[in-house]
Amino acid sequence: MGIEHIKKKVAGTERLDADEGLVLLRQADLLTLGELAGSVRKRLHPERVVTFIVDRNINYTNICVNKCRFCAFYREADSPDAYVLTREEIYKKIEETIALGGTQILMQGGVHPDLGIEYFEDLFSSIKSRYTIQVHSLSPSEISHVARKAKISITDALKRLKASGLDSIPGGGAEILVDRVREQVSPNKIRWREWMEVMKEAHRLGMPTTATMMFGGLETQEEIVQHMVRLRDLQDETRGFTAFIPWTYQPGNTELGGRPATAVEYLKVLALSRIMLDNITNIQASWVTQGAKIAQVALEFGANDFGSTMIEENVVAAAGVSFRMTRQEIVSIIKDAGYTPAQRDTRYNILAMEK
Amino acid sequence: MNLDPINNKVLSGQRLSREDGITLFRSHDLLALGRMASHVAMAKNGDRVHFVQNMHINPTNLCVNRCKFCAFSRSKGEPGAYEMSIDDILDRARKAGPAVREFHIVSGLHPDLPFSWYLDMLRALKKEFPHIHIKAFTAVEIDYLAKLSGLGLKDTLLLLREAGLGSLPGGGAEIFNPTVRTTLCAEKISGDRWLEVMEIAHRSGLKSNATMLYGHIETVEDRIDHLIRLRELQDWTGGFQAFIPLSFHSQNTEIKKSSYTTGFDDLRTLAISRLLLDNFDHIKAYWVMLGEKITQVSLSFGVDDIDGTVVEERITRMAGGTTDGSMTRDELVDLIKQAGKKPVERDTVYNTVRTWE
Repeated sequence: MGIEHIKKKVAGTERLDADEGLVLLRQADLLTLGELAGSVRKRLHPERVVTFIVDRNINYTNICVNKCRFCAFYREADSPDAYVLTREEIYKKIEETIALGGTQILMQGGVHPDLGIEYFEDLFSSIKSRYTIQVHSLSPSEISHVARKAKISITDALKRLKASGLDSIPGGGAEILVDRVREQVSPNKIRWREWMEVMKEAHRLGMPTTATMMFGGLETQEEIVQHMVRLRDLQDETRGFTAFIPWTYQPGNTELGGRPATAVEYLKVLALSRIMLDNITNIQASWVTQGAKIAQVALEFGANDFGSTMIEENVVAAAGVSFRMTRQEIVSIIKDAGYTPAQRDTRYNILAMEK
Repeated sequence: MNLDPINNKVLSGQRLSREDGITLFRSHDLLALGRMASHVAMAKNGDRVHFVQNMHINPTNLCVNRCKFCAFSRSKGEPGAYEMSIDDILDRARKAGPAVREFHIVSGLHPDLPFSWYLDMLRALKKEFPHIHIKAFTAVEIDYLAKLSGLGLKDTLLLLREAGLGSLPGGGAEIFNPTVRTTLCAEKISGDRWLEVMEIAHRSGLKSNATMLYGHIETVEDRIDHLIRLRELQDWTGGFQAFIPLSFHSQNTEIKKSSYTTGFDDLRTLAISRLLLDNFDHIKAYWVMLGEKITQVSLSFGVDDIDGTVVEERITRMAGGTTDGSMTRDELVDLIKQAGKKPVERDTVYNTVRTWE
């Protein structure tokens, strides 16, 4: 099976199988992947608009029972810099977000051993009673944890959280959706089937989610492709994923260590995801891990969304990587690449076009 | 914008015009630029990507010119001003590992030192490191040294060469457009003079590089005109080895810009340089300024050279450059391999030292 055959399939909008994806990742040069991803992107987004969201990450705690080896953010409960944010601190962050035109908060831990479902129900309902803001919070690992702690099913946990104000779920903690890798890099975190189950149930309840992939660690190229195919399979069933967000493992200050994936590897995987994930509408560039320059270039490698302004970001910063971008920088960089920037909401509705 | 006519010219090896260059700069089709530039790079250099193990030495930041875009220069007595003696320079050179093949020496224009000092410096380095190529003095410094010597360019270059000078770096070209140049660096030699120095250097048997500083107040037309003037001189002399576009870093300078150049602009400038400069063998991405990530991606946009291991460079860092001061050979080799290219360690004049598969 050659690249030319695969190019024809992509041009004919035929779906690629895992073997074909692997051939592209292994053999196609960077520009070929970019051209193929560009053609898929153009089919799905003919309008030359690049979206972004104004939001803030709020990490309510850094105490975490998972202790993943790739993570520089978590702390033990008795560590001197362990924290749990107070309600007042969280409110203040939300008010700052709204003042900056923000429409969403992304609250994630740490999977704190003592915070149960009642804590989050109370947190979300009190936020919703005070503010008009999208609560895009708790990755599958946290949801699974609170369900287990309350001895209820994932579905029941999601129903209760939804009733209290949880609107949608971020796609974090997917890492690589292959247990061989998870056992090595995040042995205490939920396995891939459970991650997928949380997402499936959320989609069934009408809660949209995103999906991520963290690569550049211990995974093989086959496992990168397998990750994409697993997401695509669930998406065929539920149509609940709004976006796919690949990013690279940041080895600074982590137990796992090693070297980060290079820019060429990032752009190749990003482009492959656009080609393979024909049923996920949006692909996000990751300026937080790649910097503004490569994130802009990523728009030619399949990305149609610039992610978030990230008024606050703590997890990647803990690994020693601290790119910052203002809304104005995001807007001007999108324009510089020849696209129209547009602020969106969590469900990718356009709120305002930037002229 | 239809790039097909230009693409046809590229594929058939025809020279691109000024208008073609402007059309390319106005296009947002980055991948098409990459394709065309890769075609040219492949014809000239195959899959090879070159680098050199070198050491940068910046003997002083004292400078009688005070260019507005420069965060490096100082006046005498100003905080942060420094100057190295010949012994200091030798001490620094002794820190070069056994694999270093090139000293890259550029400086401010020192207000007091006599011409003989520069000859002494070259002789002292050459005596202790006869095997290391000395690439030193931008055209701006050469012009200044000719004034100090009172001998004219040709004889000045001859004496420097006899003392050990091997080739010239490409700095100080900035942008040739006189209006822009006056705003940026009123005291610096004109573009005409820069080209004249290079012409005489080439005719004296010295190879050189050429640069362009972009991303400040220049227009697209200024960039194209700059490239075309270099191309014209190269038709005459053939003395340029590599062209190196330098992205402007605004921090700590008097030119106020919102931020760095964009990734698009870096890649398109490199690709268009590859396309217009059909008589240059090499296009170099200077990773100290561009960052490792864009440098690696640029290998699919016409670039075949990523400079060197660059032990301790000070000029970019003082303008807010964020890359580490140096990269090891293994890191450079890895960067090239991960981009699907063949690493070639070279010497200053592009003889192959070692290749990797």
